[in-house]
Amino acid sequence: MSGEIISLTSIGRLSGSKRTTAGGCPSAQSHDDYDPALWERIKDHPCYNEQAHHDFARVHVAVAPACNIQCNYCNRKYDCSNESRPGVVSEKLTPEQALRKVTHIAARLPQLSVVGIAGPGDALANPKWTFQTFELISRNLPHLKLCLSTNGLALPDHLDTIKSFGIDHVTMTINMIDPEIGARIYPWIFFDHRRWTGLDAAKILHERQMAGLEGLTAAGILVKVNSVLIPGVNDHHLAEVNAAIRARGAFLHNVMPLISDPAHGTAFGLGGQRGPTPEELTEAQERLGGSGVRLMRHCRQCRADAVGLLGESRDADFTLDRIPEQPVLDLAPHHAYRAHIEREWQHRRAARAAAGRQLAAAAPRGPAKLRVAVATNGGGRVNLHFGKATEFLVYEADSTGIRLLGPRRVENYCLGGFGDDQRLEAVIAALAGVDVLLVAKVGDCPRARLEQAGLRIDDSHGQDYIEPAIAACFAAARQAGLPPRRASA
Amino acid sequence: MAYTIIADDCTACAACELECPNGAISAKKSIYIIDASKCTECQGKHKSPQCAAVCPTGACVPA
Repeated sequence: MSGEIISLTSIGRLSGSKRTTAGGCPSAQSHDDYDPALWERIKDHPCYNEQAHHDFARVHVAVAPACNIQCNYCNRKYDCSNESRPGVVSEKLTPEQALRKVTHIAARLPQLSVVGIAGPGDALANPKWTFQTFELISRNLPHLKLCLSTNGLALPDHLDTIKSFGIDHVTMTINMIDPEIGARIYPWIFFDHRRWTGLDAAKILHERQMAGLEGLTAAGILVKVNSVLIPGVNDHHLAEVNAAIRARGAFLHNVMPLISDPAHGTAFGLGGQRGPTPEELTEAQERLGGSGVRLMRHCRQCRADAVGLLGESRDADFTLDRIPEQPVLDLAPHHAYRAHIEREWQHRRAARAAAGRQLAAAAPRGPAKLRVAVATNGGGRVNLHFGKATEFLVYEADSTGIRLLGPRRVENYCLGGFGDDQRLEAVIAALAGVDVLLVAKVGDCPRARLEQAGLRIDDSHGQDYIEPAIAACFAAARQAGLPPRRASA
Repeated sequence: MAYTIIADDCTACAACELECPNGAISAKKSIYIIDASKCTECQGKHKSPQCAAVCPTGACVPA
């Protein structure tokens, strides 16, 4: 299996053999990691293609409120428009309202490429509304990809329908293959007209998930598996989950951190179960890195009514009360954007290739690896002011390539004219393990504090593509023989 | 003999409506209600009332 990691830079396939034998330019074009037919299927899906997440947007339509299982990390009573996490929405839609909403958004958000159904319950616990919505979307907006998320319990019953709609991307949440562990995550399921608890529930869920996964991959559908990393519960079990989904042909494995805030009222949150730190998440992902299933590193754990690029919240701009009764579909901006992206990707590929050459040619001293956090607003560029960032993308560079490790979420430091010192400290904590911070600009006060905390700040690459900027940082650190911050911290 | 829905606990997720074998449950404004004249507590059809078995918040209870 090639490339266990989807690399934004893709600086070469990062599979073990390729990595050790890379002799020439390590910066292959990203889509060279895939065969051309596969690339066509994923190139504009922001979740399935790491490169696309800088450029393409998705909309989740919240037509599926009901759920058939209870998870200890979910509380269906809680709905806050300020929260970004799965299972949460502010407004539930009928299929007709969903079509209206997507039609309106498609005309205003040229980046839109995917319509997904991800709840707020389970897409397949509401099959009528889910498939009515897909029917309406595919008939009226055939240029958009259809995508759904499920816990898998009802999946074996709907395989034929999924295939008949040509749904090419399905995400399933699989947190365990051992019912003993499952019983600590799922208090109950509703299946075959009754409620099951304990080991029985976890066993049924596991068997249905595996049967569903096998059915999807046998049909050639690309399956992303989400696993919630729950420290002390399934953290040491995820390698087994990874092996099980690999054996059944999953395309992508997304290990996500448990979100566990007592204020959300989830069983885990109230029971004191903690989520992983950013570094624990990275370590868990790294442990799976060589397994053979591609790892998703750019997930933002978005809401079931998310709109926009990943990491961007446009849902409040597109609530039903802001959408006309008869939205006009105008695809001209969409087509113009596609043409723009084709050109843009050519430039970016060239920039990546140059970055790969610079990495390979870096001085043979100084840090072997460099972790770089980037403030970006999309487009694959260093283009965001430090104070405006609500997340930083953390990359790791070495002489063979650049890999995205994942986003680190923060609250923006700048509050319009002044900075929030508490938030600054939280940003510093979130950037643990990072050597260099790449921003378009940063004010003098936060810069001084960030440098005092040991971060090197570089604002000389504003508007540059991310990979060449990181490669330049790496080459400079090598040239100067700088020690990595992580080693000295 | 019928079930009812505790309004304060209903999240309007519709799970009960989807499972009710009698078509006794429908949306009313922001919550769901059970039509007592149609509710049989699922007797003769299922081992337990389906609304209570599927409800995520324990809102479906004997009236």
